[in-house]
Amino acid sequence: MSVSDVSEKAPSSLGAMWRDKKTRAIIMQIVAVIAVLLFFGWLVNNTVSNIENLGIKVGFDFLWNTASYDINQTLIDYTANDTHFRAGLVGLLNTLLVAVCGVILATILGFSAGVARLSNNFVLSRLMQVYVEAVRNVPVLLQILLWYGIILHSFPRVKAAEPIIEGVIATNRGLFLPQPLPQDGFGWVWIAFFAGIIGSFFFRRYAKKALDSTGKQLPVLWASLGLIIGLPIIVYFLMGQPLGVSMPELKGFNYKGGFAIKPEFLALWLALSIYTGAFIAEIVRAGILSVSHGQSEAAHALGIKPSLTMRLVVVPQALRVIIPPLISQYLNLTKNSSLAIAIGYMDIVATLGGISLNQSGRALEIMLIILSVYLFLSLSISGVMNIYNERVKLVER
Amino acid sequence: MKKLLPLAVGIAAIAATSGAYATTLEDVKSADVLKCGVSTGLAGFATPDDAGNWQGLDVDLCRAVAAAVLGDSEKVEFVPLSSKVRFEVLKSGEIDVLSRVTTWTLTRDVGLGLNFAGVNYYDGQGFMVSKELGVNSASELDGASVCIQTGTTTELNLSEYFRLNNMTYEPVPVETSAEGRSAYSAGRCDIYTTDASALAAQRSGLENPADHIILPEIISKEPLGPVVRHGDDQWFDIVKWTHNAMLNAEELGVTSANAMERSKDASNPAVQKLLGTADAGLGAQLGLSEDWAMNIITQVGNYSESFERNVGAETPLKLARGLNALWTNGGIQYAPPIK
Repeated sequence: MSVSDVSEKAPSSLGAMWRDKKTRAIIMQIVAVIAVLLFFGWLVNNTVSNIENLGIKVGFDFLWNTASYDINQTLIDYTANDTHFRAGLVGLLNTLLVAVCGVILATILGFSAGVARLSNNFVLSRLMQVYVEAVRNVPVLLQILLWYGIILHSFPRVKAAEPIIEGVIATNRGLFLPQPLPQDGFGWVWIAFFAGIIGSFFFRRYAKKALDSTGKQLPVLWASLGLIIGLPIIVYFLMGQPLGVSMPELKGFNYKGGFAIKPEFLALWLALSIYTGAFIAEIVRAGILSVSHGQSEAAHALGIKPSLTMRLVVVPQALRVIIPPLISQYLNLTKNSSLAIAIGYMDIVATLGGISLNQSGRALEIMLIILSVYLFLSLSISGVMNIYNERVKLVER
Repeated sequence: MKKLLPLAVGIAAIAATSGAYATTLEDVKSADVLKCGVSTGLAGFATPDDAGNWQGLDVDLCRAVAAAVLGDSEKVEFVPLSSKVRFEVLKSGEIDVLSRVTTWTLTRDVGLGLNFAGVNYYDGQGFMVSKELGVNSASELDGASVCIQTGTTTELNLSEYFRLNNMTYEPVPVETSAEGRSAYSAGRCDIYTTDASALAAQRSGLENPADHIILPEIISKEPLGPVVRHGDDQWFDIVKWTHNAMLNAEELGVTSANAMERSKDASNPAVQKLLGTADAGLGAQLGLSEDWAMNIITQVGNYSESFERNVGAETPLKLARGLNALWTNGGIQYAPPIK
């Protein structure tokens, strides 16, 4: 409704305004907005004045104070001499790491389980049903604790552990792996890798054009794999294998060198992925079932191969049903990662919201920061997925 | 986010409380119950026994305040709090006093708007290791994995100690003491670190306590004491002098058994002033009845009685008085005189 058509019929007196349906609706809405604003204003005002009464300092300056505590898993350089801000950043990256890894594994698990549930193989489909029903009906916190307990108690202690193969040791302090150390000239391999990605993108466009104009199918998958994986490998050997290896070795109390995946990360990652995977399986199953059988029958009648039928006919139509609920599952996984604190995985809730909060006592400010971070993460995921959803959506003519 | 919920509640409580306060003393008297924040379960300091009654050194302090203010040490509502939410809950006014092995530091005293009403246990951070490892000193701990309870000052001490001694370590944060014990006994970490008193409590809960030793090094000062909010000096005084009364009683040899008898003995004016029989009007100055200290000592006991009953040599914790002996016995527990 535009403003002009209200003013055209603008009644003269207040009573007349109230009797007019449209005007009344506007007045009611304005009153509701003012009431909500007043309520929040009162809340904020009260908080601020109460805090002043208690003589507590408010502000974000504490973020630049020295954190003075250590974190066991850091993706960027961090020492106890860094600030609370950087400690929060380390936590945020750990949150992102487990969220990204979790989303990938959950998607793989979910799609496999969803397709397998529809399989004609009785044992397989029942097995997947048991997985879905057992996992999604148990609180995820308990599953995280369960996986952590399994890792702590079933893997050997550091001193008792034997290497599985040279340089790979599984202990209850983590999985120790050899770490590749890039040397001079390894940068070219990265360049080849990114060039491969860009190249395969252009090849795909070319292949699509060729398909549209001549009807000839080019081997897009194989060409892309060759470009993205093959090209860097060739460059790697051309440069004279510029890669060293650091092997984990038992020194004193722990393994030194190499690369360690901590049990806390492993437990959280597995628990979140398996839990979310069960929900995704149901979403995928529903998506595939939503495509009517006539669609694949029509494709068969046209002589399209069964593998292509799935890829070109069924999946694109199923995706438009699958994507929106899938977004919610990705959001849930990201938010559930805050349960990390239960097993001591140092995500943003554990670093900034835990130790920093306890040291600085700035509960209000830190809560605000963490709430905004999760809000921003969730909206970003939602935004990206919505763009993807726009692309796979059924185009109606 | 579950751990943040109590915080959110605390913040909401700050937001919703209106500006005007009655004094804490009036609030406690009109409610006829003292709300006291304690640990969620730490042997010797605050833990419910088989019958559900709270026991411990920190618990005794709550009971002593209730005895002084309400005349009955049973009129206490114990609120178990995690280390993370304790200050929010205190600041929001949900509890009247926090008696929860809380270390007195400048940041907490000043920056958080709190007041420490004394020190009921002088503690320090120590290390526990398994005897198997053959470690005899904290200087041999380079490269170890260390289980550490989050949300305490212990993290800072630990980080500082290892850095100053040019050693590295892997911190393994644990949320509760039960979880820490489980991670330690599963071998997730080599060392368990927390306040020495709590280490003794943790060790007593392990399968074979004799297989583990507490290393001689104490790496920090941890004065633990009761905490109140800023802005109510009268209440601050009451909690402070409750603790002082228990110490003075020990110094004067007044116990729960002999307090009645001693109060009638006119030969010792200090005892008479403490027990309110000297007509000095000391209770009135605190806003309490004259028999306030009498109630504390007959119902809870003096500091020594409380110490021996909860953490002393006869308990599973087997803690020596050490620093917590009276100044007259070589310790540093020293209370200003009641006169």
